[in-house]
Amino acid sequence: MQKGKLNLQKEKVDQISKLATPKSDTEIRQVWRHLRKNRMAMLGLAILFLFLITSIFAPFLTPHDPIKLDLVNAMQTPSSENLMGTDWQGRDVFSRILYGGRISLAIGFITVFIGLGVGIPVGTLSGYFGGKFDLFIQRLIDIMLAFPGILLAIVVVAILGVGVEQVMVAVGISTIPIYTRLVRGSVLSVKEEGYIKAARGLGIGDLRIILRHVLPNCLGPIIVMSTFRIATSILWAAGLGFLGLGAQPPDPEWGAMLSRGREYMRAAPYLTTFPGMAIFFMVLGFNLIGDGLRDALDPRSRLYR
Amino acid sequence: MYAYIVRRLLLAVPVLIGVSILVFSMVRFIPGDPARVIAGIQAPQSAVERVREEMLLDEPLHTQYFVYMGNLLQGDMGRSAFTRRPVALELYERFPNTLMLTVAAMAIATVLGMGAGIISATKRYSLFDNFVMLLALAGIAIPVFWLGLMMQLLFSVYLGWFPSSGMGSWQHLILPAFTLGLATTALITRITRSSMLDVLGQDYINTARAKGLVERVVVYKHALKNALIPVVTVMGLQFGILLGGAVLTESVFSWPGIGRLLVDSILTRDYPVVQGAVLVLALFFVLINLVVDIIYALLDPRITYGSQEGD
Repeated sequence: MQKGKLNLQKEKVDQISKLATPKSDTEIRQVWRHLRKNRMAMLGLAILFLFLITSIFAPFLTPHDPIKLDLVNAMQTPSSENLMGTDWQGRDVFSRILYGGRISLAIGFITVFIGLGVGIPVGTLSGYFGGKFDLFIQRLIDIMLAFPGILLAIVVVAILGVGVEQVMVAVGISTIPIYTRLVRGSVLSVKEEGYIKAARGLGIGDLRIILRHVLPNCLGPIIVMSTFRIATSILWAAGLGFLGLGAQPPDPEWGAMLSRGREYMRAAPYLTTFPGMAIFFMVLGFNLIGDGLRDALDPRSRLYR
Repeated sequence: MYAYIVRRLLLAVPVLIGVSILVFSMVRFIPGDPARVIAGIQAPQSAVERVREEMLLDEPLHTQYFVYMGNLLQGDMGRSAFTRRPVALELYERFPNTLMLTVAAMAIATVLGMGAGIISATKRYSLFDNFVMLLALAGIAIPVFWLGLMMQLLFSVYLGWFPSSGMGSWQHLILPAFTLGLATTALITRITRSSMLDVLGQDYINTARAKGLVERVVVYKHALKNALIPVVTVMGLQFGILLGGAVLTESVFSWPGIGRLLVDSILTRDYPVVQGAVLVLALFFVLINLVVDIIYALLDPRITYGSQEGD
């Protein structure tokens, strides 16, 4: 009898929590409605959709191989046959840009997954339980964040060596402290909400509280942050590629293409112009969506639009 | 207040120790014999053995760390595996160049960003505002190394206004500083604008206007001071981004700073120099954050000097 009553109360807490959760169906629709009205966010979505399609269907969109040498046709200026010209080894720049999109998108998503994979559990535990563990994690994050910007990724690359996989790991690791701190902060603020205290008062287990009540309420900031982080990761990975620390020839990675193309900048500026624009638009796309999501998920900022 | 500053200083100590441990461990994480890694791939066996002996590489790790720290505190960061010159000397020669570049970029970003942000906020939705916001959006998404190349193409190759690379006259500084500063300019513009709008909507501003104060006084005297608090915070973080960006910018413009030295050293596997460069950049960043936190406390009287760590 007593136990049944308790269960009933637990269900109530779940319901209340759901009401406060931005993940319930109506809330998603509400966010989408806000997003749809935001022209810039829609532009970002369109840009990304285009990149996604061209990356997936690259083999069908271009007859040229992105890697195979064709020295006879080297250094052709843009034409109907080679939309963006050919490089010093006769490779079609347009094809390389399309295939390069695959690399950049993969880097963007994988690095964020690494950050989320470590940041969510560690940040949650740190924020929820506090204590010595929290203090230790906090100091560890301070140390990681003491390496400004791209530098932590460069340190990891220096240890692991150059290459695309190494760059993914390196940039992924450098996003870990950012997610850990973000998740910890969100958990700390959610933890003090009345329904969490109520759930705890009812004797609901910590794991259940974290999974069903705390984390769902932290999703908003995590989603917004992830959109921006994908953009930053793509920028950083391209930067590492440009420095010669990332993708190696003949991989059609945009940063590496820029770095080799600059040797021909006077004679063939299109070799540096197009890969740069590709990076720019992909990063812009993610940033625009990130801005839109932030406005849609943060009720306070809606007032200021 | 002083308690806060002292506490903030003390908090930097474990971070600095942590950074030194990480930099110390770096060469030991690299597969292969650490003595060989430190001496350089082409070093003769005798040099490798000498490094092993000097750095006590056969002793336990904590002994090695104390040797490393002991040397470090005396300004000894070992020798470059290539030039054989002391790492500290290499860094000492190049640090002012990196400092000059980042400070110039920060100055440009602060002046342009705050100026544009304030005007945008006071003339919201005007043509100027829309244009600036569009630029700001683009400025954040442009890869700094590509921007550098495009600047070279336009201003050196086509127009011939500025030298495309190297260091020397003040003209050499213009392109790299603007390149490095653009993203920060964009960010400061956005933050200043939104912070200004935030403050301008508050009651005390209405009161000031109701008193009959001139709009200029309201904006620059009453609103600006409070609007600047978030801007200063962001500027501190941005300095880190600038230092990171300097690595890329210096490589584009052949600017003889620490960033370029770092990249070159990684490519040639000159690990003593890599360690030194990483250490100096991190140290510099920690110091900047320290200064920013203190300025922040001075600017914002609401800040609690008690426990506010880790927020």
